[in-house]
Amino acid sequence: MTNAFEHDAIRAQFPTLSQQVDEQPLCYLDTAATSQKPQSVIDAMSHYYQFDNANVHRAAYQLSARATRSYEAVREQVKRFINSARIEEVIFTHGTTESINMVAYGISEQIKANDIILVDTAAHHANIVPWQQLAKRTGAIIKAIPLNDQLSIDTDAFDELLTLAPKLVAISHVTNALGTINQVESLVKKAKLAGALTLVDGAQAIAHFDVDVQKIDCDFYVFSGHKMYGPTGVGILYGRFAQLDQLAPMLTGGEMIKTVSFAGTEFGSLPNKLEAGTPAISAVIGLGAAISFIESLPKEHTQQHEQSLLIYLQQQLAQLGEITLYGASSHNIGAVAFNLANEHHQDVGILLDQQGIAVRCGHHCAMPLMQHLALKGCCRASIGVYTNKQDIDQFISALNNVKELLL
Amino acid sequence: MNSNSATNTEFNQPEASYFSPLDEKVSQAVSAIEHARNWQDKYRQIMLVGKTLAPLAEAYRVETAQVKGCESQAWLYHQRIDSLHFFCADSDSRIVKGLIAILLNATHGKTTTEIAEFDLEQYFQQLGLSGQLSPSRTNGLTALANAIKQFAAA
Repeated sequence: MTNAFEHDAIRAQFPTLSQQVDEQPLCYLDTAATSQKPQSVIDAMSHYYQFDNANVHRAAYQLSARATRSYEAVREQVKRFINSARIEEVIFTHGTTESINMVAYGISEQIKANDIILVDTAAHHANIVPWQQLAKRTGAIIKAIPLNDQLSIDTDAFDELLTLAPKLVAISHVTNALGTINQVESLVKKAKLAGALTLVDGAQAIAHFDVDVQKIDCDFYVFSGHKMYGPTGVGILYGRFAQLDQLAPMLTGGEMIKTVSFAGTEFGSLPNKLEAGTPAISAVIGLGAAISFIESLPKEHTQQHEQSLLIYLQQQLAQLGEITLYGASSHNIGAVAFNLANEHHQDVGILLDQQGIAVRCGHHCAMPLMQHLALKGCCRASIGVYTNKQDIDQFISALNNVKELLL
Repeated sequence: MNSNSATNTEFNQPEASYFSPLDEKVSQAVSAIEHARNWQDKYRQIMLVGKTLAPLAEAYRVETAQVKGCESQAWLYHQRIDSLHFFCADSDSRIVKGLIAILLNATHGKTTTEIAEFDLEQYFQQLGLSGQLSPSRTNGLTALANAIKQFAAA
């Protein structure tokens, strides 16, 4: 056992990263869109299909019992990972988007006309559109929470909005377009004092630092498996038991019932009540392997590694010249957003792609944020635990070529 | 995609001068792409082709003329004169504008049949630009080509 931090050994666990694109090493800087997967996640899913494939929660035979055990073990793992108080508070969904939709649909009956819902201006569309649909159904009013100069939630404006006694407050833990960290603990505390329910979108946070839902004290916390080194098609809806139990199920059908007759159906209890139909069993098992992977990391080293890489990335971009950074500070995590002079973000993206660089150029599913910044879009480079200095250097050198070509 | 198939009577049509035959600089710039030695040359040339197209006045850069399916904004207008089809187009992306000019080089002033038979894939392959046609690319080239074909077929 050595204390030395072997980053190469971590990176080597990600098979996709060893490939070449157009005869150049793949430089993957789009982890905020989806992370690459370690071999252990791929193996866990493949093992399930090779040896344990059966439906869960149904049959008495051994294979199904084994599948159910693996599936439920992941729920236990997630509970520990986010420190929820009860296992029934962990719901498997298809991802962040579905999780938020389940809350926005499920609380419809608790929302009346003219109730106020506060939504983070910098939120991605998954944390905006479901609330707009809720407002449409109920006559509730959506108010955007303004941003300060650093592009995180403006706490003064937030306090002001809380005097309107909102019914619900939906915020990002970390914003997807810019990587801004919001001080969710204090925001949730204030929102609770004002009597609001709180939902925190943790999609961009969960892979980068420890999340403790009891410490945050929010009513709902949501995230996706695929942004935390796990597979696509699985996500988590955490809910405080009392709140979660009040949600009307968005999906009904098998697995979620206690009794069914044509005279009427009685729903089962949590967590099954909110997991209608056959779940994405292999993806849940992959998520379990992803959590094990994260837990196996020497986090004091990896968190430090990611943070110094991001600062290095910000510095290198600033040094390149003709670059505008958006909301970049040392408190950000995972991502940096920028534009090159007045060049179109898509032109920059196309020319980076020619050099094997994978970054996202667009509106980052956060059009209201782009409107706030008066931008059509921007480029975003985002990192994960596997990113190394060579990726950043390759990217900066490629961007320098783009600069020479365009300016 | 509604705007693609819409007729231009719904909004202000740019004046006739926008639909004049293309300057021969366009076809010269397009044929130079074939001789590009590396990706930098290729894209420099694509953007040069774009520059040979007259810019569309701000007044015509409107939502109703937009071709959907591009990450950047692209506007396309069509005019039929006798049996020939003429187009004018622009984009806020320099590369997309270049790709549009390359498309117009093959379709502007052509007959309905010529445009219907225009083989986008073959044309771009010949120019060494087949990489631009991958459906994963968001440059909207396919959407633009379809919009041109729809206008001509209407």
